Parts: sequence; structure tokens; C-alpha cells
Amino acid sequence: MSANLTILKTDNLSIGYKSGKKQSEVMSNINVELKRGQLVCFMGPNGVGKSTLIRTLIGAQKALAGKIFIEDKDFAKISAAELSKLVSVVLTDKINAGNMSVRELVTLGRYPHLNWSVTPNAADLKQIELAIDQAKVRPLENRKIYELSDGQLQKVMIARALCQDTPILILDEPTAHLDLNNRIEMINMLSDLAKETNKAILMATHELDLALQSADRIWLVGMNQPIINGFPEDLVLNGKIDAVFELKGFDLRTGRLEKKVGKGKVSLSGEGHAYLWTKNALERNGFEVIDDSEIQIKIKPYPLSWYIKNKGEHIVHTLENLIEKIFN
Amino acid sequence: MNKNSYKNKLLIWLPLAILGLFLLNISLGSIYIPLDQIISILSGGEADKASWANIILNFRLPKALSAIAVGAGLAISGLQMQTLFRNPLAGPFVLGISSGASLGVALLLLAGVTVTGIGYVSFNGWLVVLAASAGSGLVLLLVMTVSIRVQDSMTLLIIGLMFGSLTGAIVSILQYFSTGEEVQVYLFWTFGSLGGLNWDEVFILLSILILGILLSVLLIKPLNALLLSENYARSLGLNVKKARLLIILSTSLLAGSITAFCGPIAFIGLAVPHLTRLLFNTSDHKVLIPSVAMTGAIVMLICDMVAQLPGSDMILPINAITSLLGAPVVIWIIMRRGSMKNSFAG
Repeated sequence: MSANLTILKTDNLSIGYKSGKKQSEVMSNINVELKRGQLVCFMGPNGVGKSTLIRTLIGAQKALAGKIFIEDKDFAKISAAELSKLVSVVLTDKINAGNMSVRELVTLGRYPHLNWSVTPNAADLKQIELAIDQAKVRPLENRKIYELSDGQLQKVMIARALCQDTPILILDEPTAHLDLNNRIEMINMLSDLAKETNKAILMATHELDLALQSADRIWLVGMNQPIINGFPEDLVLNGKIDAVFELKGFDLRTGRLEKKVGKGKVSLSGEGHAYLWTKNALERNGFEVIDDSEIQIKIKPYPLSWYIKNKGEHIVHTLENLIEKIFN
Repeated sequence: MNKNSYKNKLLIWLPLAILGLFLLNISLGSIYIPLDQIISILSGGEADKASWANIILNFRLPKALSAIAVGAGLAISGLQMQTLFRNPLAGPFVLGISSGASLGVALLLLAGVTVTGIGYVSFNGWLVVLAASAGSGLVLLLVMTVSIRVQDSMTLLIIGLMFGSLTGAIVSILQYFSTGEEVQVYLFWTFGSLGGLNWDEVFILLSILILGILLSVLLIKPLNALLLSENYARSLGLNVKKARLLIILSTSLLAGSITAFCGPIAFIGLAVPHLTRLLFNTSDHKVLIPSVAMTGAIVMLICDMVAQLPGSDMILPINAITSLLGAPVVIWIIMRRGSMKNSFAG
């Protein structure tokens, strides 16, 4: 079953640059695959060759050795016209189409299916409408590209790619330059799209936290290390992600920044969110929360307040006051 | 709504304006000819004076037609270069086409004169046309060869500019060793001229123009795709190298033949695409190619009328008029309609 879900596969692929007889290899022994309906996040530090692999997979440069197969067809034998019906892309390239409307830009995605006069037929128009809805850019439909924010433009570029109606969608750092909210929206949208449209979506990204929460697989590549195609949580637990990113002060297993403790120890009792955020405030300020300590803090609801038993007894109503009190 | 309004403008106003300006252009000149006589002559009838028919048919009509051809051709090739190179400063001559033509003409007028001892070469002669065509054709071949080898268009742009400097330098050297009279003949050629063409030449110019326009219509799809970026265009199934070659070919046919017949006419190719983009507020080449061609023809007809200074015998160099008239108009439109940045990234 898994065999026919696979749409793209590489076989000992080696990528890099060639000028004349000189050949500089960027990555070799690449054996990865993409499956229909899956969102794959492609992660690795800057300069490791992510963009080179993406450029190779979209046909912008030739592989040095090895093979790529799309639907069991040798990539080298696929023409540019055929490829445009198999792979659509969202790149980091600056575009020159500020004067276009969003709708016109999305229509460009239909070009592989149109002749020289670029007049869309009924089926093309239907796909354009569908893509606009899938990428949730309906409210932007008649806006000019130059009026869009980075986040909006990125969604429009995704609509354009969806309009191309290909089984594979490849995105190069689509969340760069976006704020947290837009990043989350983007990655959720891609994750949903993979399921709804049964596309194989490959996305190069640096958003480790978001990738871990949404990706079906992660392609992980480190400096001078072979690329690994793994299940996200397994890569966390077996320490591969840590090895690649050499995380500094971030505890991946708990998903939090490592705390510097040493200011003292407190015990804390309470429930729910109030407990979590009180703990956060204490740890962020260097206090370790343990079961039993001289300093005791009790959280009381209605109205939210904190009862501190230290050298004396205090009641405070904000966490800021709480931290001030236990520092004294 | 938005789409219909510019289509209306396109379909009604531009052709009407061309027709009106065409008639006006023909009716203006150092000799006054009444409008009813002009219409009678144009529709094949008799005129009150035989000399009027001669003036209209053999002088003013070919000149007006070449103004339309020059305006349309240069504007289309400027648009193609701006899109191909993603650069608002690109024009029909960035690839060195006019420099090549200048070199050909300079070799003929400056060096040729001394070597062969022709003495004085007729200003409108076929020799000049041949020399200019040979020069621009040679540069075209070089640029095409380079374009097959290089990966990106930016490299091509720089190489085109280098060809321009190179030929410019050779022309300078030739001028340095020429007599004042020879340099003057050459200078006259660089001023540009619409009036010197006979019917044979106008027919050749118009046929090449039609060929170039047909080619550019076939290039609507690649040009639109190139608005995104070369990588995006490739992902849309476009053979970028082939498209680039055809765009260069179309531009060279248009700009090369115009330069050969009328001299290196500046400004139109650079400014008209901007003017049209701002007026029509679109980047779609399906709209831009016809509207740029028509706007170019309109601008050229107006410039030609101004150049012949109504009511006098003097004809000013067309090259000076296009810039003198065009630059303030473009500045005014940019100030009013907002920046050009919207059409170009970065």
C-alpha cells in the first residue's frame, strides 16, 4: 500500500554545482521520498544545501549523480512542460508583478494548461476559484499585489501554486519574514491542504517547534551528514534533531528553554493555568519549584491572589509583586 | 469593472486617437492643404493642385506611417526588454542594438568615406540602411550566442551594456580621425529622422514591424510568466532559454530595422511602456502589448508634428523632440499616479 502512495523518490542522489569540469558537491547519498497526503518539513542549518536540493527537485538545476523518480518516471526524462503539471512551487524569489491583481497572479498558475493566448476555459476558471478558496485569499481577490502584506502575498503565492493543480507542492521557506500568527496559520493551512487535497507537500523551514507539531515526516540534514527522512517525534527522542541543530539552551524533550536555577527553591500549590504561569514566572526568575521548601506559595482563586509564607506572611495580587516579595 | 474600463479605453480611445492624429499629422506641414483635399487624395480622388497629391502621397503619408511604425515598434521592444530584465531602466537598445547600428553607419560614413573615397554618401541611402542593419545584426548574433550560454538574464544585460560601450569607443576613435564634414553627416544620422523614407523603405519597415508584433503576441504567455521570476516561469513549464531567445529576436527585429531606417531614436522605447502601465494600471502583456504599441504610435505622431514646427520650413531633430516632450510628461504622470516601484520588484 505504501508503495503507491509514494510520488517522489530519490535514489543515491548527489547534488551540487558544476562549472566546466569542476564539480562541487553539496550533498550526496540522498535517499528520501514524498508521499501523497503528507506534509514533509525539510530542516537543517543554513548553508547545508536545502535550497540546492529544492532547486534540483524543481528542475532548476541538474543533479550531479543518482536519480529522482516522480510516479516511477525518471526525472531526467520529464520535460519542463510535463514537470509543470507534476510539481508546483513557492519560492523566495522576488516577483515583478506588483501591478497585477491577486486574481491575475493566481491565474498565472493555470499557464501550464493554457495555450499561447492564455484564455482560461470553464474548467480552468473553476480551478482558479477553487485555489482562491483553498488558500483562503477570497477577500484579497481584487487587490493589487503591491498592496499585500508579506503574509498575504505568501498565501496568494500558495493559491497560485494550488491553481497549477499538481500532485506535488514544494515550498522554500514560506514562513520566512512572517510573524508568529501568520507562521502558525501558514503551517496549519499546509497541513490541512495535504490531507484535503492528497498532495505531497514539501516545505523547507526553520520553524522547529511548528514543524514538530504539524509535519507528517521531517527530512533532517546536518553539515556533512546524510539526510534523514524520519518521524518527527522519533527524531526528537533519538536526539537526531539535537545533534543537527546543536540546540543552545532549548530543551527539546520538554519543548521549553532550559532554565537557569540557583536563586532558591520554593514550593508551589495551586491548579490549572494559574499554576503553570506562576511556575513559569518563578523558573524564569531563577527559582526551582520543588515539593517541599521553606518558602511556600499557595495560589487562591476568586480573586486570583498568591499567599506567600516566607519569613513572614504576605498576600499579593500580581505575579510581579510575588517575585518582588520572594526576592526580599 | 476594473477590467472592462481599461478594455474600453483600449478598444475605443487609442485607435480613435491614432486615426485623428494621423490625419492631423498629414494635414500639417510647411504648405497648407485643406482637409477635404487631403481626404480626397487619400481616398484616391483628384486634388485641386497636382503638387498637393505629390506632397501627401510621397512625403507626408510615408512619414506618418513610419512615425506609427517607429512608435509602435520601439514601445513594444522596450516593454519586452523591461520585462525580460526586470529592470525599469531597460529599453530597446540595452542589448547594444543601436550601438551596433551606429558602428555600422560610423564605419560607412567615417571610415568608409576615407577608404573608398566615396566622398559624400546620400543621407537616406540604402548604404546607410545596410550598414546599420549589418551592425545591429552582428550585435544581435553575438548577444544571441551569449544568451544561449549564460544562465541568467542579468549577465546578459551587463554583456549588452559592454557591447554598447565597446562599439561606442570604436565610434569615438573613428570620429577622432574624421573630418568635421564627415562627423556632421554621422551626427545627422544619430539625430534620427522619420521623413527620409520612400515607399519601398516604408513597406520593408512595416513588414518587419508586423513580423515583430506577431512574434510579440506569441510571447504574451512567456512574458507574463517572466513577471514572476525565471524560476517560477520554468516551474510553469516555460523553456526560459527559448523564450529569452525569441524575445531578443523580436526586439532586435523591431528596434534594429527602425534604427536602420530612421536612426537611433531615443526615449520612446524606455518611456512609453511606463506611461502605458501607469495609464492602464496593469502588468498583463495581453493588454500591454497592443496598448503599448498604440500609445507608442500616438506619442510618435505627436512628436513628429512638433518636430516639423507647424507654419515653418524647419524640421527639428526627432530625437531631441521625443525626450524634450516625453520627459516632462512622464515625470508628471509619475508624480500624479504614484511610483513605478509597483511594477518592479526591489
